[in-house]
Parts: sequence; structure tokens; C-alpha cells
Amino acid sequence: MNEFQRRALKNRVIVVILVVLLCVYLFPLYWMFSTATKSKVDAFSLPPKWVWRPQGDNFRGIFYVGAGGALGTVRGIELKLKPSAFLRQLGNSIVVSFVSTLLATFLGALSGYVFSRMRVRGKDDLLFVILSSRMLPPVVIAIPLVMMYRSLGLFDTRFGLIIMYTVFNLAFAVWMMRSFVDDIPREYEEAALVDGYSRFQAFFKFVFPEMRVGMVATAIFSLIMTWNEFTFSLLLTGERARTAVPSIAHSLGTAGVNWGHIAAGSFLMVLPVVVFTFLLGGNLIRGFTFGAIKE
Amino acid sequence: MDVRSTWANRVSDRGMLYLFLLPTFGFLLFLVIFPLIWSLYLSFCDYSANAARPPVFIGIENYSSIFREKEVWDRFVTTGKFVLLAVAIEFFLGFGIAMLLNREFYGKGFLTTLFILPMMFSPAVIGKFFRFMMDTNWGIINYILGRLFGIPKIAWTTSYEYALYSLVITDVWIWTPFIILLSLAGLSSVPSYLYEAADVDRASGWFKFRYITLPYVAPILILAVLFRTMDAFRFFDVVYVLTEGGPGYATQIIPFYIYKLAFSFWRTGRSCALAYVLLIIIIALSNIYITYLNRLRRA
Repeated sequence: MNEFQRRALKNRVIVVILVVLLCVYLFPLYWMFSTATKSKVDAFSLPPKWVWRPQGDNFRGIFYVGAGGALGTVRGIELKLKPSAFLRQLGNSIVVSFVSTLLATFLGALSGYVFSRMRVRGKDDLLFVILSSRMLPPVVIAIPLVMMYRSLGLFDTRFGLIIMYTVFNLAFAVWMMRSFVDDIPREYEEAALVDGYSRFQAFFKFVFPEMRVGMVATAIFSLIMTWNEFTFSLLLTGERARTAVPSIAHSLGTAGVNWGHIAAGSFLMVLPVVVFTFLLGGNLIRGFTFGAIKE
Repeated sequence: MDVRSTWANRVSDRGMLYLFLLPTFGFLLFLVIFPLIWSLYLSFCDYSANAARPPVFIGIENYSSIFREKEVWDRFVTTGKFVLLAVAIEFFLGFGIAMLLNREFYGKGFLTTLFILPMMFSPAVIGKFFRFMMDTNWGIINYILGRLFGIPKIAWTTSYEYALYSLVITDVWIWTPFIILLSLAGLSSVPSYLYEAADVDRASGWFKFRYITLPYVAPILILAVLFRTMDAFRFFDVVYVLTEGGPGYATQIIPFYIYKLAFSFWRTGRSCALAYVLLIIIIALSNIYITYLNRLRRA
């Protein structure tokens, strides 16, 4: 065996090791899926059932509450099921994530542009304040925030949650978008300025469209972070505006812990994140270092 | 149409700067800066948010009592233990996996993304499910440990010896990908001609690692450790769902302790003071962190 073959073999062995490692590492995800699709008896049986017939009872269970009698009829179909609180909470999660993401990405793009291109007095300090607000443990500001929310009537409203998430995503978005604007050649705007456009016009006409790749990446990140958020939703909402994550943490509000339901709910929360993570691809490292390291 | 005749043409650079920064700083002022100022005031007061009595100014009493009490120091020690243990394990595991991943093979991107997944999930959801897997009697983890290694059942989340480890394990599962991600970025920044030159000189594997790989990777690894340390002080959700700070207060790390003080014991003033101590730690750490980020940005 020559040097080249030896290396190729070593590479292959390492890839096999990696695949085995990955299977062990991602076992909890497999277990989540299997618990969610097993019947109550199978889910708890030890030794575990490695072969089972997938069934959707748990998913049905978290979306609808079986009611005793008929609730009424819609177009001739008798309704026996009532939508659960979790269904509403999932809806809250979707609304809150999307609205705060859109707001933060847009405002972050504007500020990111300014920090990348223009001279701002005390720029480094301002950027420091922005990023620090992102690093802040939520409990640190939670105490006055809860009091403030209660006195302003923002407590337990989707609006209140949206503005809170906007702030946190904004801090991230400003740093991300600044790094993306850094990558756009200055010639675009400079040519437009020579043509008599104001910088304001040049931005919207020539730079902003160039920022869309960056904005998509930033938006996906914000979306995931908001979708996953726990502490603020726990502390700033009650019955009405609560999102899905703290609901799962509180066992979906059911008396007694139904692990099949929790697994099903968890699986639903995890699944879209998997898709979005693959969409992010090469921008992952950039997101986690606030734009400092680019692939 | 002439571009010079519209209102948008009359927006000056200065005006645009204010227009673009105002919303961002408005939000920050309203929802971060203002609450922080308020809680600074409360931290100097004897106050309970669920009592009818208004805050009474008592000076630095909250702060001095925090540092006098053994209870608080114990929580700092618990936090320190957790951070050291979790970050150390994540570091070795993450860097090791990154070393293995750092080669050309078919499906590399796909495999890497799969390794990254756990850190993208909601820690609260993961923590909740880990509680199920770590159950003493019917948890899958005890079952596997028993079958493969004959280890007797461990009360992961409910015993004094193991509760902190259950948090460490969960944290390691969630955050090892972060070290993988950053290590990979560092490893791929090493120019390959250095290795080729070393091969020509018949340098040993250790020599190559020590004098070529490490110098290139070190700054990014420091960044990773700093970030993880900072993040450990935000570690609240997993504690909340996995051990609830128990048994006793065996796993009450600082952020969870602040939450307890504020929302279970209603000692608002005191919790604000402790929150400020935490804030100062975070600001110090993030100062170092941002300095590093900027250095990497310029490189």
C-alpha cells in the first residue's frame, strides 16, 4: 500500500467513525420521534420497542380536546373536538416570530448600513451597547420589565411580546447586517451619488436590493431564536399570549405529565428548525459570531 | 423623471443617519436601558413587588448583604462548577469532532450541519425531553447504561450527587456544536501550504498540530470559550425544566436564583442587586469578547 492509498483508507475509516458518532449523538431526536408516534403502552415499555406502528394519537391529542357531546355542527358535520390551548399557543408562536423578525430585520438593515458606511460619533460604544443588550441574561431586566408591562397594559399581549423580541433580534440584526453591507462594493452607491441621487435614494435603489441575501440569513436566524425563546414568554405572558415553548415546559397545561404529548409537541417545535438550519448552511458561523467570521 | 425633483432627494446624509438609527435606539432605550435604570434604583431599595408598600431607599444594604451571606456564595460556587465542567467537556468534544470533520469527503456539508443541529433547538424543549430520558425508572438513559455497562439506576435529576451533572450533560448536548462550528472555521483558515512544507521536512503529527494548527485556531477557540462562559450565565431555561433548581438548592445557578428571589420569594430589591452583580460580570466578559470579535473582523 502506498502513501496515497494509506491516506484514502484513513479518511474512509474516520468518516465511518463520524457517522457512528453522529448516530449516538442524535439519538435523543430519534427517541423524541419514536415517543411521539408510539402508543402510550409502547412508549414506556422497557426494553424499548424498536419496531412499532407509527400512530398519530399524540399529535391529535395536543391539537384537540375531546369533548363529551357534540359542540355543534358546521356545514352538516358534527363537531366533537374542541381546539386545544396548544393550538392557539402555536399560532401565537408563529405570529410573534414572524412579525418581530420582519421588524428587526428591516430596522437592523437600516442601522447596519449606517454603521458600515457612515461616520457616527461614538460608533464603537454604540455597537457595544447594542451587542451587550443581546448578551444580557433575560432575568436581569425581567424584574423591572414585568412591572413596566403590567402598568402599561402590555402584559400578556402579543404586541408586548413582539416588541420585546424585536429588541433582541434587532441587536443581532444590526451586527449581522453591518457585516453583510461591508461585503457590498461601495462603487454601487458612489456611482449613484455622482448621478445626482441623494444617499437616501441610492440606498433604497441600489444598496438595499443587494442586501437581500444577508437579510434572508438574518431573518432565518431571528425566526429560529424567537421561535425557541422561553424566558420572556414565560415571564411576560399569561393565558392569552403564551407561546408554545413555555407551554411544553409546563407539560402543555395538562394535569399529570403526558410524555407522549410532550414528545409530539417537542417534535413539532424541532422540525421547522431542522429545515431552517439547512437553509442557513454557510451562514451559520457568521450568525453565531455576529458577522465577525465569514465562511 | 429627474431624480433630483423628489422629496427623497432632499433627505440629507445627516437626516438619513438619524432616521435609520432612531428606531433601533428607541427600542433599546424603551425596553433595555430604561428597565435597567429602574432596576438600579430598586437595587438600592427595600422592596417587594407584590406588597402594597412603596420602595424604601436603604443604600447599599442589598449589595452588602449579598456578599455576606453564605447562601449566595454557594450559588456562585455551583455556577462556577457548572460553567467549568460544561465548557471543558464541550471544548474537548467539540474540538475533537472538528478535527475529524476537517477533511475532504463526500457529504461533508450535510454531515456537519447534522452535527450542528442540537444548538439550533429550543433549550427549554430539549431540557424537558431530557428529563423524560433521564427518568430514574423508565428513562432510556438508565436503561442503556444498565444494559451496556451494568450500571445501577441513577437518579439523574433528583439526587444531590447527580442533579448538577444532568444539567452539564444537557448543556454539553446542546452546545458542543458551537465549539465544532468555531473550531472548523479556525481549522479551515490554516493555509495548506504550511502542512505541505512541514511534510517535506518530515515533521511529526504533534509538531504540525502544536506549531501550525494551534496558533491559527487559538484566537477562535478563545472566542468560543468566552462566548460559552458568557452564555452559561444566561443558562436558565434548562434549569427551569430539568431540575427546577433542586434537590434543595443543589442546582440553583445564579440566573435561576435571581428568578427565584424575584418571582417566588418576591424579594425584588435584593434580586435587582444580584442581577446588577451579574450584569457587571457579563459586561466585563462581553467587553473582552467584542474586542476579540473586532480583532478577528479586521484580520
